[in-house]
Amino acid sequence: MKKHWEVLVVDDEPVMRESLAAWLAEDGYTVDTAESGREAVTRAAAKDYAIYFVDLKMPPGLDGIETMMEIRRLHADASVIIMTAYATVDTAITAMKEGAQEYIVKPCNPEEISLLVGRIIKVKNLQRENLILRKKLAKQYSFHDILSKNPKMIEIFDLVREIASLRSTVLIQGGSGTGKELVARAIHFSGDRASKPFVAVSCAALAENLLESELFGHERGAFTGAVERKRGKFEMADGGTLLLDEIGDISPKLQVDLLRVLQERKFFRVGGNEEISVDVRVIAASRVNLQEAVAAGTFRDDLFYRLNVINIHLPSLRERREDIPLLASAFVERLSHELGKAASELSEGALRVLVDHDWPGNVRELENAVERALVTSKGHVLDEDDFAFLRREAGHGNGWAAPDNMSLDEIERQVIMATLNRTAGNVKEAAAALGIDRSTLYDRMKRYGMSRTGVE
Amino acid sequence: MGGIAIATAGAVDREAASWVESCLATALGIDTERLDPLPDPSYAYDEGRGQYSSTLVLHDALARRPAHAARLLVITEHDIFIPMLSFVYGQAQLDGPVAVLSLARLRQEFYGLPPNRPLFLVRARKEALHEIGHTFGLTHCNDPGCAMALSTNIEQLDAKGSDYCSGCATLLRDAARVACDGAELAVRSGGIR
Repeated sequence: MKKHWEVLVVDDEPVMRESLAAWLAEDGYTVDTAESGREAVTRAAAKDYAIYFVDLKMPPGLDGIETMMEIRRLHADASVIIMTAYATVDTAITAMKEGAQEYIVKPCNPEEISLLVGRIIKVKNLQRENLILRKKLAKQYSFHDILSKNPKMIEIFDLVREIASLRSTVLIQGGSGTGKELVARAIHFSGDRASKPFVAVSCAALAENLLESELFGHERGAFTGAVERKRGKFEMADGGTLLLDEIGDISPKLQVDLLRVLQERKFFRVGGNEEISVDVRVIAASRVNLQEAVAAGTFRDDLFYRLNVINIHLPSLRERREDIPLLASAFVERLSHELGKAASELSEGALRVLVDHDWPGNVRELENAVERALVTSKGHVLDEDDFAFLRREAGHGNGWAAPDNMSLDEIERQVIMATLNRTAGNVKEAAAALGIDRSTLYDRMKRYGMSRTGVE
Repeated sequence: MGGIAIATAGAVDREAASWVESCLATALGIDTERLDPLPDPSYAYDEGRGQYSSTLVLHDALARRPAHAARLLVITEHDIFIPMLSFVYGQAQLDGPVAVLSLARLRQEFYGLPPNRPLFLVRARKEALHEIGHTFGLTHCNDPGCAMALSTNIEQLDAKGSDYCSGCATLLRDAARVACDGAELAVRSGGIR
């Protein structure tokens, strides 16, 4: 007994249709038949077949070529065999140009059709095997949605397993898009708190007073607009884990409040008198170097030490280039499905471009690049041309020439001013764009006598 | 009786037909019955191709199968075809009651070679077992030594074995028992299948 591949035979002539279907059924295939192009398309919409035998000459409506094109619109990888009793070079060329895998003239030798079907099924088997192996490989290198075979990342996975069930505070540091939240989730979902809430809050997204209310909640009437009592993220995460993302961005006052919660596990809602106790594991994440912020005096050292009980530093994607093919393939597989795109793999050339790129935005940038390439791609394979935008973006940097007779300080001053102009004086955004922390930017602005809006 | 009925259609080598009947009886271990010869299947002749449509012969066989027979194998000397293919050695209804076997391409003379009677009879046995196997629901077997292996040319037919592999033999015995019991029941209760 063999294979369980499904085949669709499309022919308006009943004898032709039924006899071919019977012959294929004897060979062990599950065969469906359709007497028109329209019926074939309906069947193909319901399920994909391993092989479509489509008669070229069918009544007006949908002929064989049009039927094949409709089927390929539904299933870009469909293997279509066009059958015809009226062989001409033109029809053969048209059929092959429009994507027919094979073109056969009726009647054909049984050996010919058997070899043809066998060849297609062999490829289908290899594709299926390849898919299974890729899934196995992804699983082997997968840890709670994080894919990696990089030794540093494997060490992090081991550390996460070790510390998952502890209550100790964790500080995760790493550039934007390195996967800090994924690691925080992995810690939560690997440990005893997995069945309890995981709550994430971005400290960079909210103004000081809003963040305070967001974290600790507020009583009714605590401030204008506080029309009812609201539970904060600490309360919501009770029993579970609270991720404080971009912790480096919180104000000095909140740093004090947070230190108190971490020390005493107790806090007051904004405007409240009742002390609330919680059992929350705090994981803090930061893209800026908190040690530097401590040295610059913008981050409290006592809070830093309280947070930095267990430290995890995530490498940039540049430092784990071996993961790029693995990650890119996983993104292609997931996103092509989500976007309904045909492309399901990456060419060697595309992988070379991806591996050579610097990825300042790390894994998130890689994911976005794959999505962008998929959106504009037409074929089944993403090739290097689909990622041409990466070369163009990287090229901007290479094309830059240093101005004549300009000191390094002057260049720095001009770059900072241009960046502040671009961000309309937003220091935080400008600092992020320049890749330095806010305190460093303030220092430079002070040194060059600049305000948010220009030279003072 | 619920066994396999065998009928020749048109002028057919009688000794070959008897040989096929005995092969089926011993290989399947069930009763066989020789029916009166059927008329020549001229209705199935395709002038354009100079061959006989096996599909039409099968349709005719369906109408002629006695109710008490679980299966009917029609044997013809004519070269047969299905529209998609240039020829077939035989055709069967998968898990159905009828099959047709052509002796035309089993003879060495068809290929311009001197006659070889023993080889011809071995080929007839293999094809008869193969088509009857299909009627009991067997599909092509991956074992190249099994009579149910696909053969699309005479070399492949000669290369495969003249018996079922143990896997196909087991499946066949079970399916044949069910089918033959069913046919017998249908006759007893006066049902027409």
